[in-house]
Parts: sequence; C-alpha cells; structure tokens
Amino acid sequence: MSDTSLPKHSVKDPSRLRLALQSDFAYQFKRSPVAVVSFAVTVILVLGAIFAPLIAPYNPFDPASLNLMNGFSAPMAPNAFTGDVFWLGTDDQGRDVFSTILYGMRISLFVGAAAVLFAMVLGITLGLLAGYVGGWTETIIMRVADVQLTFPAILVAMLIFGVAKGITPVEYRDQMAIWVLIVAIGLSDWVQFARVVRGATLVEKNKEYVQAARLIGRTSPAIMLRHILPNVLSPVLVIATISLALAIIAEATLSFLGVGAPPTQPSLGTLIRVGQSFLFSGEWWILLFPAGTLLSLALSVNLLGDWLRDALNPRLR
Amino acid sequence: MLAYIIQRVAQSALVLLIVGLVAFSMFRFVGDPIDNMLGQERTQADIERLRVVLGLDKPFVVQYYKFLEGAVQGNFGVSYRQGRPVSEILIERAPATLELAAVSGFLAISIGIALGVFTAIRRNGFAANAIMSISLIGVSLPTFLIGILLIYLFSVELGWLPSFGRGDTVDIGGWSTGFLTETGLRALVLPSITLGLYQMTLIMRLVRSEMLEVLRQDYIRFARARGLRERAVNFRHALKNTLVPVITVTGLQLGSIIAFAIITETVFQWPGVGLLFINAIQFVDIPVMAAYLMLISVMFVSINLVVDLLYFAIDPRLRADRTGAQ
Repeated sequence: MSDTSLPKHSVKDPSRLRLALQSDFAYQFKRSPVAVVSFAVTVILVLGAIFAPLIAPYNPFDPASLNLMNGFSAPMAPNAFTGDVFWLGTDDQGRDVFSTILYGMRISLFVGAAAVLFAMVLGITLGLLAGYVGGWTETIIMRVADVQLTFPAILVAMLIFGVAKGITPVEYRDQMAIWVLIVAIGLSDWVQFARVVRGATLVEKNKEYVQAARLIGRTSPAIMLRHILPNVLSPVLVIATISLALAIIAEATLSFLGVGAPPTQPSLGTLIRVGQSFLFSGEWWILLFPAGTLLSLALSVNLLGDWLRDALNPRLR
Repeated sequence: MLAYIIQRVAQSALVLLIVGLVAFSMFRFVGDPIDNMLGQERTQADIERLRVVLGLDKPFVVQYYKFLEGAVQGNFGVSYRQGRPVSEILIERAPATLELAAVSGFLAISIGIALGVFTAIRRNGFAANAIMSISLIGVSLPTFLIGILLIYLFSVELGWLPSFGRGDTVDIGGWSTGFLTETGLRALVLPSITLGLYQMTLIMRLVRSEMLEVLRQDYIRFARARGLRERAVNFRHALKNTLVPVITVTGLQLGSIIAFAIITETVFQWPGVGLLFINAIQFVDIPVMAAYLMLISVMFVSINLVVDLLYFAIDPRLRADRTGAQ
C-alpha cells in the first residue's frame, strides 16, 4: 500500500499546495458564521487598538486634556458642570472611558501577542531540540516541561512576576512591569508549544526527506529549521491562536490582581480593577465597558482558535 | 508495580527538592534579607549578628539544607510585612481557603457530572444544546469577571448576598468555620460559584464526551437489547465506565481550585491563603511567597502522585503498557 505512493514530500509544489490550502480554507471559513463574526470582531478590536491615537477623542494620558470637573459623567449624557458629552462616560478623574479602553486594549493586545511570540519561539526551539537531538537534551527539556505542567500557568506567571519585581529596583518597577509581564506569561506558556513540536518532530525526522537532507550533508540546525520546522507549523498556529486568548485573559487577570500592568500604563485588566471600586456607588460604566471589551476580545479570539483547529485538522470534521 | 511506585515517589521527591531550591533562592537572592528585616537605624554589629543568626555566613549548600529542614518542620521564617512567623499566618488563613475550595469542588463535581450525563443522553435536545453553548462562554470568561458580574447582579442590583468577606465565623479548636452561621453560609455562595464554575464546565464537557463515547459501545447495545431500563443502562452501565478519566481530571483540578482561589479571594476579599499570597507579591514579602510556593507544590505533587497511582490501580491496561515500555 505505502510503497505505491512514493515520497509525496519530494514532489510537492509549495505554491500550489498553499493555493489549495487557501481555497479550502476560504471555503471552510465562509461556511462558518461563527468564524466570520469572530474574525470580524477581532479585526475591528485590533484595528481600534492599533489606531487608538487617531480614533480616541481624548488622550487619557495627557494631563492637559483632563478636566476633573468632567469626572463621573454618565454615558451619552451631558456632564452636570461642563456640559460635555462622553459616549461611554468618564471615570473619577474625568478620563473618557472610550479612550482609555482603546489605549488599554493596545497594552492588553501587545502584552498578549508578545508573550505568545516569546512562548512560541522558546517552545519551538526547545521542542525541535528535544525531538531531533533526543538523549539527555530531550530528557531534561521534557522533565522540566512535565514539572511546570503540574502547576497552573497563572500561578507560574505570578511567581515569576513576584520574583522579577523583587529583583528590579523600586524606581524602575513601573517601567519594567510590562516587559516582566510578557516574560512571565511567555515562560508560563512555552510547554504546550514544546510538547506539540517535539511530537511532530519525532514523526517527521524519520521521513525520507529528512534522511535525504542528512545524506546530502546538511547540518542539523539547517535540517531542523529549513526542513522540519515548516512541516510542524500548522498545529503551532492553532495553539498560538488559543494561547493568544489565554494570554490576554492571563494578562487581564494579573493586572486585575494588581500584579500586572501599572496604573500609569493601564491595560483592560487594570481598568477593570479600577472600575470595580465604583460598582457600589452606581458608576457601572467605568467597570462594565472595559469588561465587555475584554470579554468580546477573549471570546472572539478563542472561537477563532477553535474554528482554526477544526479547519486545519480534517480528522475532527 | 512496586518498581513503578518507587520510581514515581522518587520523581515526586526530586520535584519537591527542585521547587525547594527555587523557593530558597528567592529567599536568599531576591532582595537582601538583612535589609528587609532590620530597619533604617542599624549598626554593623546588628548586621553581623543577624547574619550569624540567619546562617547567611555558612556555605550555600548548608543554608539550603537548613532551609529544607525548617520547611519540613513548618518553619518558613518571619513575614517581612507583618513581622509574625509565616507558619502562624498560614495556619490562621488556611480554614477560609479550604472551606471555600471544598464547597466549590463539591459544586463542580455534583453539578458537572449531572449536567454532563444530561447533555449526553439528550444529545440533540434544546436544553442540552443551550447548556453546551453557555458552557463555551463560561470557559472563555475569566474567573475574575464572573465574580464581578455575580457581585454586580446579586449584591449591587438585587442586594441578596454579601459581596465580600466571610461573614461571622465560629472558632472550633483553632479552626474558624463559616459553615455554622447564617452570614457565613450566605457569604460562601457567590465565591464558591465563581471558583467552581470553570471546573464545573470542564467536568461537564468531559463527562459528556466520555458518555457519548461509551454509549456507542457494543455492551450498551447489548444491555438495551436485553431489555434493561433506560435508567439502568445510562447510570449503571454507561456512567460507571466514564468515571476513570473523570476521576483523574477531577483529582488534578482539585489542585487548580486551590490555585485559582487566589483570584476568587481577591475579588471577594476572602481572608484566605490566596489573598495572603497576592498581597505578598505586591509587597515583595519573600518568606510568605516562598512558603506558599512550597505548600502548594507539596499539594500539587502529592495530588499528582495519588492520581497517577489511583489510575494505575483502576485501569489494568495501563499496567501492561507501563511495564512494556520500560
């Protein structure tokens, strides 16, 4: 059976393969309303975050544009003192909630994406090494992964954040917080990538094309990066999407707990943390609008990831 | 079998030693313990004396050994922030977290299994589909948002339930329980739902997919052909056979409940160990962080060990696999 279908990989034409994948992909995409809607929501939110300085009616971090008299304006209603109207109301310092959400989303998305990128690079590197080199390298990497997997990612991230906070001098803590957050979330999330890449590498490394590459004398790093890596990327893409949703939630959770983005650079989580204290005095908009934004962001990325997993994995259909 | 158990126990011990090393390094290298313990007005003699008292003049390995020795005896040093022994603070806070975790775990398991069976049996029913869709949203909702939304709905808008704290507690031999007073029980409702919801959806989805798998098996068809009642088929034959993976996942989730209690406790200002840990991170209170890390690792590692051994005992096929692999 298998000897009639000779090495598929050696004759594949990458451009045609990609084209076929894309059309199938596009077809699958159009057929799923969930995918279309969640993709649209994600794109709108991401664009809003990227172009925040252009879209936002106010710059919430420019003290000159703030007027304390505008504090606690209700959404769509003229302020009692100044008569200004704010779409989504203002917070206690008179900052426009709509603008702070746009800027907050920027930080949330940046931290989430950077953390996933970091986790991905680390996980792919270690996964390739573990799968391709084997032996002690593999044992050590996968043991560390096992141990880390015993603990919930959010707990690992908290600990890393706490330790990093202890190491950085007090005056740099606020500036460093965003980067520490990225490293903490990234380090808590690399295991998934490493496991999947290692598994796929173990399968790929015994295939003919890898043996052929080895025979013509390509070096191990070249084989890993140029030959194996492209063939293990599709599951990585799926994990990356779902990880992005998880990373956004993790960032929001840490910031909400007060161990994440500082008040000087508020993310959606920080905004929710601030807004929570106004819940009892009736200023619901300071809390519920950032919360709704976070929810739509996390949910749409999550649904997109779910759909991507099904679309890239025909066996599940 | 015995070899496997020994290997597994040794592995767990090694993990704990490594975690201990991490915790100790935090204690030793993050910030200067002497700086943290002595105030502004200190003399060189004070510093030297504390160095000797803390054993900081000894080699690293000896210090690590001392730290482990202390940790085994429950001695984690003195909190930088509260100036009291960490073990004392932990013991004081533990009942709040354990009671919250127990109630959430119970809710998650009982409701999760019930809904899982229901959605599997009525696979195409309207109610089952609605529950499945809602559970998808539940999985994507961050725990702290669930908590806040519950507070908004039931405390702020409806005013039915308290939004923070434990209510009144009764002290029974050093264990302060909230189970015996009305305010204590009312205070438990929202936090335990918040904490248990994620695990509940997880268990529900797992039970459902396992049930669907089992219901397709031949012995279920035979049971039906033998004319057994639907109830007997579903519960005595099908549910029983789905429980092995459910036990594993549930066991592992028990640990997560304690960890995620950090979030719930912060939202509801629940005076437990998790809130203590978050405050410790905010104020870089290293002894408390190290102690919490050790405590939770012991818990996670032993839960993992027990679940592994339990799995091994329940499912004979695994035994053959494991011995074959070695």
